[in-house]
Amino acid sequence: MSLHQVKFSGFGGQGIILSGFIVGRAAVIYDKKNAAFTQSYGPEARGGYCSAEVIISDETIEYPFVMEADVLVTLSQEAFKKYASILKKDGALIYDPDMVKLSKLPETVRVYPIQATKIAEELGNKVVANVVMLGFFTAISGEVSEEAMRRSVLDSVPKKFVDLNTRAFNRGLELGKALLKKC
Amino acid sequence: MSVRKKFIEELEGRKSFLLGDEACAYGAIYAGCDFFAAYPITPASEIAEKMAEVLPQMGGKFIQMEDELGAISAVIGAVWAGAKGMTATSGPGFSLMQEGIGYGVMTETPFVVVDVQRSGPSTGQATKPSQGDVMQARWGTHGDHNIIALAPWSVEETFYLTVEAFNLAERYRTPVLVLSDGEIGHLREPFVFPKADDIEVENRFYGEPPFFGGGGLVPPMSKFGRGDFVHITGSTHKPNGLRDVETQSVHDELVRRLYDKIEKNREKIVKTNLDAQSGSKFGVISYGVSARPSYGAVLQARRKRIKVDFLRLVTLWPFPRNQVREFTKNLRAVLVVEENLGQMVREVERFAQCRVEFFGMIGGRTPSVSEIYSALKGMF
Repeated sequence: MSLHQVKFSGFGGQGIILSGFIVGRAAVIYDKKNAAFTQSYGPEARGGYCSAEVIISDETIEYPFVMEADVLVTLSQEAFKKYASILKKDGALIYDPDMVKLSKLPETVRVYPIQATKIAEELGNKVVANVVMLGFFTAISGEVSEEAMRRSVLDSVPKKFVDLNTRAFNRGLELGKALLKKC
Repeated sequence: MSVRKKFIEELEGRKSFLLGDEACAYGAIYAGCDFFAAYPITPASEIAEKMAEVLPQMGGKFIQMEDELGAISAVIGAVWAGAKGMTATSGPGFSLMQEGIGYGVMTETPFVVVDVQRSGPSTGQATKPSQGDVMQARWGTHGDHNIIALAPWSVEETFYLTVEAFNLAERYRTPVLVLSDGEIGHLREPFVFPKADDIEVENRFYGEPPFFGGGGLVPPMSKFGRGDFVHITGSTHKPNGLRDVETQSVHDELVRRLYDKIEKNREKIVKTNLDAQSGSKFGVISYGVSARPSYGAVLQARRKRIKVDFLRLVTLWPFPRNQVREFTKNLRAVLVVEENLGQMVREVERFAQCRVEFFGMIGGRTPSVSEIYSALKGMF
């Protein structure tokens, strides 16, 4: 049974929940798989913890929550502390090294740093940090196809920001592919 | 072609990665809802957001009220003006709406209240999920009364049960509750919008007076502006609607009829989902989001060649007592799984023909398949 469990985490305003939605939609609408997406956040409108979970499967999903993550994406220190323990022993951690200092991880966990926030700022707007991260995630995880992700990202983007988001996605994707080659 | 019909036609056949709360809003639209009033609260706010976006496009009305008391009252008023109305809230707001629900029961006003349950009491673990309101749904408003409450376990079922809630409200002229929860409301799953023609929609029955009794269990309705003489009151009233709070027989006749119109149609209203095998000695009963890992645990047992039956309560109220009796008839023990400290298990205990065990979880998390399987194994 192929069941992939992905968790995105960070603080409110980073586009964490949208990221999970984009991945789930890519899987369901464009890759024609089954997926379930759940979101969790505190009462604050911005700041505070938040997380999104995506389960991707070819079969019926009985339990739509992550028990052991194949991939954990984290963009804040608090979220890393809170969720690092749910990673599978051979799971993959994707994180922003400018936001997260790693500690106490099993040696078998694969770690993939991406300076998503800094790169987004260089591209002109830090709001696309999550899209940089999504490009990187697409290359690293292989959970969803590149084409499906491209389309799903653009489904959420107003016309005048298509160019910015495309550049952000491509940058993350290139860095992910380059890093995999080195590994 | 009406704007609504055109709106739905554009949706038909479209595959979407839909949120549970949005599925609720779309279900309401398919059912003909044209009035929605609410006060925002997580995890129900997305229902209001979708209704605010969609209803004005089709000539319907969305109002964000000052609080939940105002919201439910606005819905009741709109229904008497001829609208199909709905409101949506979560625990704290559901508490405030109890008075309006009672008023809806007594005045026989058809409308839908959605409670996307979250962890209480009070502000509790805002905004984490729970199934702590199922008894409040039954008895939250004061006085003898019956109520209909439905509990979806998926995004798709949220859509269809919302349609069903509207139909039951019209058929029995009563408020109907949709008891979703924070997990299902905030869950996204694949959903294909059905054809409008494939969805059965029950419309209001307008007729001649009396509008509050006088033969039959469900009298016809009137609406403001039609020219009828109509008196609507939450006080005990005669079939013509006029108050009589003194005469025992008037109250007895009215309240007993309100009770009976649901009680006597119990078997027509109640829906359950059964997966049973011959020769099973053990069973699991659950509902809403808890039913998902519960079913997972049943399947896990079967993979280990232990026969376990599964009953999911789709209708919570009126309680599926006959279905529970039948389900437990040949079992040695049944496990009830809920996200609370034990509410529906009390009802199961009243009607089960075997030993009843309980597995409950609170704290804003749905129990996992393996946690439920461990509890199940303890019964073997």
